[in-house]
Amino acid sequence: MKKLINSLVFISLILISTKSFSYNSDPKIFIDELVTDAIKILGDKNISKADKSKKIENIALENVDISALGMYTLGSIRKTLDQNNLERYKDLFEKYFIKSLTSRLTDYSDQKFEVLNADQKSETYTIVSSKIIESSSQPEIKINWRVYTKDSAKPLIRDLIVEGLSLAKTQKEEFSSILNSNNNDINILFFKLEEFINN
Amino acid sequence: MDLKKIIIFASMSILLFSTGLKAETEKECFEKVSRSIFKFNKGFDKAILKPLAIGFNKLPEPIKAGTGNFTSNIGTLLTVPNHILQGQWRLAGESSASFLINSTIGILGFSNPAKKMGLKNQQEDIGQTLGAYGFNAGCYFVLPVLGPTTVRDTIGIVADSFVDPFAHVTIREHELLSMSGSEMDYFSIKGASAIDFRADNMTNLDSLEKNSLDMYAALKSLYLQNREKKISNTFSSKDDDGWDELNK
Repeated sequence: MKKLINSLVFISLILISTKSFSYNSDPKIFIDELVTDAIKILGDKNISKADKSKKIENIALENVDISALGMYTLGSIRKTLDQNNLERYKDLFEKYFIKSLTSRLTDYSDQKFEVLNADQKSETYTIVSSKIIESSSQPEIKINWRVYTKDSAKPLIRDLIVEGLSLAKTQKEEFSSILNSNNNDINILFFKLEEFINN
Repeated sequence: MDLKKIIIFASMSILLFSTGLKAETEKECFEKVSRSIFKFNKGFDKAILKPLAIGFNKLPEPIKAGTGNFTSNIGTLLTVPNHILQGQWRLAGESSASFLINSTIGILGFSNPAKKMGLKNQQEDIGQTLGAYGFNAGCYFVLPVLGPTTVRDTIGIVADSFVDPFAHVTIREHELLSMSGSEMDYFSIKGASAIDFRADNMTNLDSLEKNSLDMYAALKSLYLQNREKKISNTFSSKDDDGWDELNK
């Protein structure tokens, strides 16, 4: 738990703070390049916080499967929503996702990172194992990346499993709790997302 | 075991089994009450724990690290019997060696030379041991001050105090290898451990609170996933975690 929480900020930043260009299509190299690039940019004192935040949007949109992540976190209720509500949810989720990651930018501190190996689970998924190397201020943190490889030329990140804990699953259960507490009324979730986005 | 403890244990057992061994761990025992306690805990954190943790973080690094090492080393005393109960003989050996080395060369555990020697020391408790034996978590709830738990883990907390040699010499005031202590020693160590944990996670918990739509649910999910991982002693999340269904 401690390691998980410790790494939330760092991982979020990695996802959102890299340059906007295409990375290698091999999942292992893709993660390695993306994270190396992120660390380089985040450590660059010549880049303002605002500029770093701006890069967030571009990189998240390019390298994270936000649409699929949104559908996953919505859970089974996605099957019962009409097209209008689905589109509205996708729009709100994307804004929520970007803002949530951006707000963590200020919490970043230097980390050393190492990609260990890749395990192809199926035609569509590869799990890339990595770790944040131990430093005086924090222990080693193991991180698995769920990379979606249906389009083999363009891998996309769908989830991070930090010390065995899935961040997407956590988000899904958070949304599920909101829906369950409100008779599965999607408007309540919309309201909460809007509230977060606008505050 | 006196009558009061037997009643507590029996009540917990009934609650555990009443949920059924195959019950969903996500099930709440009494969500409204738990959410109220969660609010109370947030107030407790804001008024007491967080200010203490902020003060702790201002201490010199060697003192902070030493405190963490010291409480962690004492925690090993509970880990060793649980490794044994789970038949993890190698890990029990490593934890025992870690405790002996840190308590001696490591100056009462304030330093952690065992780690440099490559000795692993993962924390184990009775809740994990029960999980390893196949006991379902039962329903989820929140305890005042102590935070998230399940029926199984609450039984574990009570049982820990009977298995843990440190609890034996402190809260039970029994002598063990010519060592003894008091309740104050026990709760001081637990308090220091809580402050150390809170201090380590200052930024991250603030960030989690700032970015959660429902922090109660987020912490519940993290807690349950973490316990599942610790019981199975695996790092990876489940292979699909429901993602495959998304592709259909």
